[in-house]
Amino acid sequence: MADAKVIPFDDDRSRNGAPQRSVRRRAGSGRRKSVAESAREIPVGSVPGQLGGERAVPKDASAGGGTGASAQPPRGPGSPGADVGWDRRIAGGLAFLRRRLTGDYDVDEFGYDRELTDQVLMSLLRPLYAKYFRVEVKGIENIPSEGGALVVANHSGTLPLDGLMMQVAVHDNHPAGRHLRLLAADLVFVLPVINELARKAGHTLACSEDAERLLQRGEVVGVMPEGFKGIGKPFGERYKLQRFGRGGFVSTALRAGVPIVPCSIVGAEEIYPMIGNAKTLARLLGFPYFPITPTFPWLGPLGAVPLPTKWTIQFGEPIPTDGYPPEAAEDPMLMFNLTDQVREQIQHTLYKLLVQRRSVFF
Amino acid sequence: MGKVVLVTGVARQLGGRFVRRIQRDPEVERVVGVDAVTPEHHLGGADFVRADIRQPAIARVLAEHDVDTVVHLDVTGTPLGSGGRTAVKETNVIGTMQLLGACQKSPTVRRLVVKSSTSVYGSASRDPAVFTETTPPKSLPSGGFAKDAVEVEGYVRGFARRRPDVAVCVLRFANILGPRADSPLADYFSLPVMPTVLGYDPRLQFVHEDDVVDVLRIASHEPRRGTLNSGTFNIAGDGVLLLSQCSRRLGRPTVPVLLPAVTWVGSALRTVGITDFSPEQIRLLTHGRVVSTVQMRETLGFNPAYTTAEAFADFAHSRGPGLLPPETLAKAVDKVAALSPAGGATPQSAG
Repeated sequence: MADAKVIPFDDDRSRNGAPQRSVRRRAGSGRRKSVAESAREIPVGSVPGQLGGERAVPKDASAGGGTGASAQPPRGPGSPGADVGWDRRIAGGLAFLRRRLTGDYDVDEFGYDRELTDQVLMSLLRPLYAKYFRVEVKGIENIPSEGGALVVANHSGTLPLDGLMMQVAVHDNHPAGRHLRLLAADLVFVLPVINELARKAGHTLACSEDAERLLQRGEVVGVMPEGFKGIGKPFGERYKLQRFGRGGFVSTALRAGVPIVPCSIVGAEEIYPMIGNAKTLARLLGFPYFPITPTFPWLGPLGAVPLPTKWTIQFGEPIPTDGYPPEAAEDPMLMFNLTDQVREQIQHTLYKLLVQRRSVFF
Repeated sequence: MGKVVLVTGVARQLGGRFVRRIQRDPEVERVVGVDAVTPEHHLGGADFVRADIRQPAIARVLAEHDVDTVVHLDVTGTPLGSGGRTAVKETNVIGTMQLLGACQKSPTVRRLVVKSSTSVYGSASRDPAVFTETTPPKSLPSGGFAKDAVEVEGYVRGFARRRPDVAVCVLRFANILGPRADSPLADYFSLPVMPTVLGYDPRLQFVHEDDVVDVLRIASHEPRRGTLNSGTFNIAGDGVLLLSQCSRRLGRPTVPVLLPAVTWVGSALRTVGITDFSPEQIRLLTHGRVVSTVQMRETLGFNPAYTTAEAFADFAHSRGPGLLPPETLAKAVDKVAALSPAGGATPQSAG
């Protein structure tokens, strides 16, 4: 752990490699997008001349079940059948509006509004994800296509943007279209508006009851065991994992018998370099910390704009937990060992990614 | 030999319906209805005894009729007719104490069913999303009906310890809705414009009146094969509705109010006498509450006929349209769809 200081912030040797790499990445993302678009447009192209019928179909389907339209999140135009695509999109949008206005949609017991998340919340986060932080996702296949899994990630960046980006990463990249259900700190559910949006996006309170209930329903649950210690640590301690709580996440995974997927997020540490912590102000406001960065609060709201760092999210090899006997969840030694194993794996992947990284911003 | 069922709180809609329904069950020989006021509705062929359960006279009623099953429904949040919060609290707490004392002395009582509420769990931001029967509340209700219910359940637990031969069933009902519901929440949903807490969208669960009567019947009879009807059970319909969904389905617009100001709006509404906007009601409408009904299904063996959404739809249907009926909004959207080039072709394709 002593070599944690070797963190390339803006390394010169990266310069020559950078252009080549960004081209590769752009090509990769372009391919993904074009595949998605062609998939959407095949039915349009295959029935030329039946435009009216073509439009009626999605409308009826979505008005009935509500799942027809949500399967295709609207995205970038600019293809041969663009006008038809637009027509369909308007029809789909109106059907969506109709359902929203009349309250004809479902939420689960945690308040997760799948339709709103797919159509609106993810679309709002996607520009930040794709254009601003240019998130590169690796190892998405380590999240199982079915059944529960517990994704354990490092936490950083003053504001929990890393959790949201991880959610978009799973949502947009996983072949089985899985949704990540994040466990959030209790502060999230105290704040007005934030708590409402968090519940609708599928987040819930980080407690063992909720985590177990989600895992037993076969959901992919995301947790950041460092909590406020990780997200509110000073810039000098970047990429040094904090203590992983009491290892409660391990016993929850053991009880549910689901694999633990370690996840390392690089890039989130530098979005708000926290050089100070106004503890008195934090205590006054009831927050766990009050960040002072080179720009915040000096530049006011402008200072709250995150730095456009380049992110990498790597999902690691899953750690199975189904081989243990049922009483293993009560064994503190095993808990600590497994917690350490997960922690080490995340830390090592972080170092590996940091060495590979050429620059913070590219 | 049949059963003699004593039901408290029969002057209310729910009590009256339950009495009328349970008389038709073959194993029931006689039903005795008890309340402090004479009910306005008829009770079928049930005997009505006008008695205040806050008085020790209730013990005499139990002895006179050889009662073997006691169904305690007189645990409510709103006063019946006149009388304020003090009278309600006395009926809830002192009434339960007297009734339990009478049951303890009665050698014939075999079964006790108590109507409680899921409000015993309180409602706080630090609570888990779903309460099971064993979840300890993070913040105990500080007053109002919820606190009464907590105290009532405490006395009932004490009674169950002292009389282990009596089967005790505590049913924690979610918010009861239906065409005839007269709960504070039903009053709230009948406001033309619903004040909500700004930035919070609580998750709510409802149970239909018909299901309430059915589950009370299951609890008052002998358990069916493979089920157990003593213990504590959450009773709620399947699924969850958000308050925003409720308002849209009712067609009643909402006015988001800042949390500190909600208390003033609440007390203002209460002063005018429109609705009971108690602090616990406000907490419910801030953080919401969802309970697990696994025990209800698997142990009690009860499957509600109405889901939360269906119970709400039945209630909404009975209350008439609001200011912005969902049908009107849907039609307006359809009109826009017809105007736009996209939707313009829809009628053609249909015709």
